[in-house]
Amino acid sequence: MNNIKAIFKREFAAYFATPVAYVFIVIFLFLMGVFTFYIGAFYERNQADLEPFFRFHPWLYLFLIPAIAMRLWSEERKTGTIELLMTLPVPTYQAVVAKFLAAWCFTAVALVLTFPMWITVNYLGAPDNTVILASYIGSLLMAGGFLAIGSCISGITKNQVIAFVVSVVICFLFLLSGFPLVLDFFRGWAPQAVVNAIASFSFLTHFESIKKGVIDIRDLIYFLALISFWLYANVVVIENKKAG
Amino acid sequence: MTEKTEKPVIEINSLVKHFGPIHAVRGISFTLRKGEVLGFLGPNGAGKSTTMKMIAGFLEPTAGTISVCGYDILENPIEVKKKIGYLPEGAPLYGEMTVTAFLNFIADVRGMTGKSREDRIEEVIQKINLQSVRNQTLETLSKGYKRRVGVAHAILHDPEILIMDEPTDGLDPNQKHEVRTLIKEMASEKATIISTHILEEVDAVCTRAIIIASGKLLFDGTPAELLAKSTNGKLDDVFREITTKFHAEQGMLLAS
Ligand SMILES: Nc1ncnc2c1ncn2[C@@H]1O[C@H](COP(=O)(O)OP(=O)(O)OP(=O)(O)O)[C@@H](O)[C@H]1O
Ligand SMILES: [Mg+2]
Repeated sequence: MNNIKAIFKREFAAYFATPVAYVFIVIFLFLMGVFTFYIGAFYERNQADLEPFFRFHPWLYLFLIPAIAMRLWSEERKTGTIELLMTLPVPTYQAVVAKFLAAWCFTAVALVLTFPMWITVNYLGAPDNTVILASYIGSLLMAGGFLAIGSCISGITKNQVIAFVVSVVICFLFLLSGFPLVLDFFRGWAPQAVVNAIASFSFLTHFESIKKGVIDIRDLIYFLALISFWLYANVVVIENKKAG
Repeated sequence: MTEKTEKPVIEINSLVKHFGPIHAVRGISFTLRKGEVLGFLGPNGAGKSTTMKMIAGFLEPTAGTISVCGYDILENPIEVKKKIGYLPEGAPLYGEMTVTAFLNFIADVRGMTGKSREDRIEEVIQKINLQSVRNQTLETLSKGYKRRVGVAHAILHDPEILIMDEPTDGLDPNQKHEVRTLIKEMASEKATIISTHILEEVDAVCTRAIIIASGKLLFDGTPAELLAKSTNGKLDDVFREITTKFHAEQGMLLAS
């Protein structure tokens, strides 16, 4: 536990010791604004809710989260600091969890900084704030899913560009797996049960469901299981690299 | 000689490491006791760093065993890592951290607490002469200072075993002297392994020398024994003789 805390602290501070944090947060907030007000037509809808805001989170995360996750392990490998980290008396899973949590908390900070959006909508009307809270939680869970994928991929390579591109592609599949493009590909040869399972793997399906205002236990389990799975894969990847 | 009767702190048996087709380490065995300072010598690419990385627990051996203070490195890696202070080759560091922040992080992970922790960090900063750069970020340090921070981090928890990959590389002559003195000061309480390309260093700090080339152990003995092999009393010449003779034999083996 102490190890996780120490590594978490170091990682979290590292975001703010470099321009990474500020650049990321500014771009995050800027894009959120653009999508919500222009593409989501926040004002024109004349409805007091944040649906146009949350609707674009999956698509923003698709590019922004892999950008945060790509450095988690690739950078350590590139600069050689992974040799420091892995020769400290810390089990690999603790290092993986600590790094993930630091990145997740950092995303949470960026998400919390969108609070002016919430103030605006409350100022303009009387929105259902439980729906908004549920959507925020759903969004954070989804960000965690994207991050866990990105962290695992970043453990595979010391090249951050490769880590980024591969993560985006895998995250994209996880978004689209509820969509015809992906399902048709499987429908040709896989049994229907498998196709249904794939559909239920989509981030979108579960995020949409939470966004309605109720956090169903199944959606919660989905995201937590997804995060656990990818972090476990992350540990396996890091352990395997030791065998060179 | 109580030392000789003590159990070795490090026992290495038929250690092998392959990177795909590259056979970096090909069956190295040796033991190390408390109080010994082992100089790891060998030409570039001999397998020195690879061997040290395996002892430090960064790489897993392809075959062979490493036991540290009675713990097998594969079965009990965490216990082993607690006993070791390790300076990786090139002394990689987290660039965005300051010297004190970095040492505090290491102290955190090493489970150091309270007043003794503050004192120890201060003591190490004084010992390695880092006072003038303590609040500077690591990426802005000169090469020698980076190396010194690396040394500081390795000795911070006063480990029983010290493994340093080219600790004096890039240091100015004064600092080379300082680090060697430091190693000698600590030597009686620890088992130490250092790798180096400076043979006079072996004479100056090591109680024992090992020469490896192409992943094989060619010599294991005291610096005096090594010197005795030479005709003109120069360590450099013995080193060249042993390693080139080996490479020539290897060449003949391949040719036949
Ligand atoms: N990660 C790796 N992947 C593939 N080959 C490697 C890897 N690390 C080391 N090697 C190879 O293993 C051999 C031994 O390398 P090592 O770094 O142990 O040499 P060294 O004795 O430390 O040399 P130097 O004096 O130059 O530091 C070299 O042939 C090197 O190319
Ligand atoms: Mg080396």
